[in-house]
Amino acid sequence: MIHARFKLGYPNFVLDVDIDLPGYGITALFGPSGSGKTTLLRCIAGLERAQGGLLRVKGEVWQEGARFLPAHQRRVGYVFQEANLFPHLSVRGNLEYGYKRIASGARKVRMEQVIPLLGLGKLMERRDPSSLSGGERQRVAIGRALLTSPNLLLMDEPLSGLDAASKQEILPYLERLHGELEIPVFYVSHALDEVARRADRLVLLEQGCVIAHGKLNEMLSRLELPTAHYDDAGVVIEAQVGAQDETYHLTRLDFPGGSLWVGRVEHAAGTLVRARVLARDVSVATAAPQGSSITNILATRIVEIRDEGQDRVNLRMAVGGGQMLLSRITRRSRDQLGLTVGMELFAQVKSVALIA
Amino acid sequence: MDTAYSADLSALWLTCKLATVVTIILLLIGTPIAWWLSRTRSWFKGVIGAAVALPIVLPPTVIGFYLLVAMGPGGPLGELTQALHLGVLPFTFPGLVVASVIYSLPFVVQPLQNAFEGIPGRTLEAAATLRASALDRFFSVALPLARPGLLTATVLGFAHTVGEFGVVLMIGGNIPDQTRVVSVQIYDHVEAMEYAQAHWLSGAMLVFSFAVLLALYTLNPGGKRK
Repeated sequence: MIHARFKLGYPNFVLDVDIDLPGYGITALFGPSGSGKTTLLRCIAGLERAQGGLLRVKGEVWQEGARFLPAHQRRVGYVFQEANLFPHLSVRGNLEYGYKRIASGARKVRMEQVIPLLGLGKLMERRDPSSLSGGERQRVAIGRALLTSPNLLLMDEPLSGLDAASKQEILPYLERLHGELEIPVFYVSHALDEVARRADRLVLLEQGCVIAHGKLNEMLSRLELPTAHYDDAGVVIEAQVGAQDETYHLTRLDFPGGSLWVGRVEHAAGTLVRARVLARDVSVATAAPQGSSITNILATRIVEIRDEGQDRVNLRMAVGGGQMLLSRITRRSRDQLGLTVGMELFAQVKSVALIA
Repeated sequence: MDTAYSADLSALWLTCKLATVVTIILLLIGTPIAWWLSRTRSWFKGVIGAAVALPIVLPPTVIGFYLLVAMGPGGPLGELTQALHLGVLPFTFPGLVVASVIYSLPFVVQPLQNAFEGIPGRTLEAAATLRASALDRFFSVALPLARPGLLTATVLGFAHTVGEFGVVLMIGGNIPDQTRVVSVQIYDHVEAMEYAQAHWLSGAMLVFSFAVLLALYTLNPGGKRK
């Protein structure tokens, strides 16, 4: 359990946060730039000092009253936007920097573990870190942080400084990281797709305040939150790989509220996957559509309708099993179909993105 | 003639000794000052920075004069050294060292300060999150990254001490084997119309200085860090 309470005032910016977060899984700190995500992360790392702040991490007091544990005594790993590698040290020197500074008994994460996990084998003997590509540098930076065996890994938009290709290169490593090491992660991001892909929980920040936090799935389906206004607003569905359609090269994903067909997935049946369905990819019909090319049609019931700008509305629909679906349609369609809360509808899902 | 040359050699040796001792002391006290100046947000920074830089603008005779007064029997430094049973410093080698340190301080502090200021704050923060204490960060990150500045500071501190004349004359006078450094010796030769000796001594200084600078610049491959 992590309890954080910070108040910090700058001339143009105030951070005022009081939050309890679980000490496991990936928690995304999400918000527009200037919302205080990075400042919150820096307060947790001890790089910023909020007077009168309170921070307890897994029973340890890191800050309370006059007590302020300096950054180097906190068991956190910090990954910055830029890799910030030490230019005077080799790749190995960078990786060993923190590793050498913790007692050998406290080393839970081992060098032999991190090198293959982040694909660092070929880079180890490189003398000059500035000769690495952006993605390689960031992998070294993540490895360097992991090798301090942190109780908490703080990542400040680790992908934002990378081009699309480097991002693609590094994502699988990030996913493996979570699978293999049980270190809770606080992940700062302003990209909804990144959050949807990785996070278990979502903390929404705006102007230095937490406006909502909770389970990712639940948060993404709430229409009153800013996440619903994004162009790529949508829900995530945790599903299991089900039947395979060999003829048409499709795979069925089963979740408590139903199932969805997606392009062939090479995972064994039963594997847990995460799919994302964007609101703009869901259309609705009052009667079961006939002669539609759309494969995925789910029976739903409207839970909430909310205006989205001048011409659109967002629909929140229950699919069953607690799963929600969002749909973004025009206001005119809503009126023509006479949509009201409680109505039964058929949702036509045009596209499903398998994200993890 | 032989005794004249031995006086020249003695002046050369004294100059080397003075410059070496002064450079070591300058690096030891200049580095923390430069580090503090590069990191502090204190209003006091301007005062210290200006005080350190004073010798750049003041005529050496002015510095020499004040030091002479301060280190003399009635001056505050003089009273201190007397209380410590060290006698008074003017016209002694230690007196020259103290004066040279003050005179050459800005030439060591400023390149170091520039080098330290060039180190991104994030790099030091990264070191902090990797469990390095403030002192550890200084030695393991700041100092290695400031290496080019450190070399410049060493060269400038050394060269500036070798080349000083006004302060030495004011504070040290012209005592053979104690305070008669090369620059004073050359001045004496010229005064006495001994141009031949002035020539060889000046020539020796020229070659020596060039050799030192050359060695340091080759040892400091500026192209290594892009």
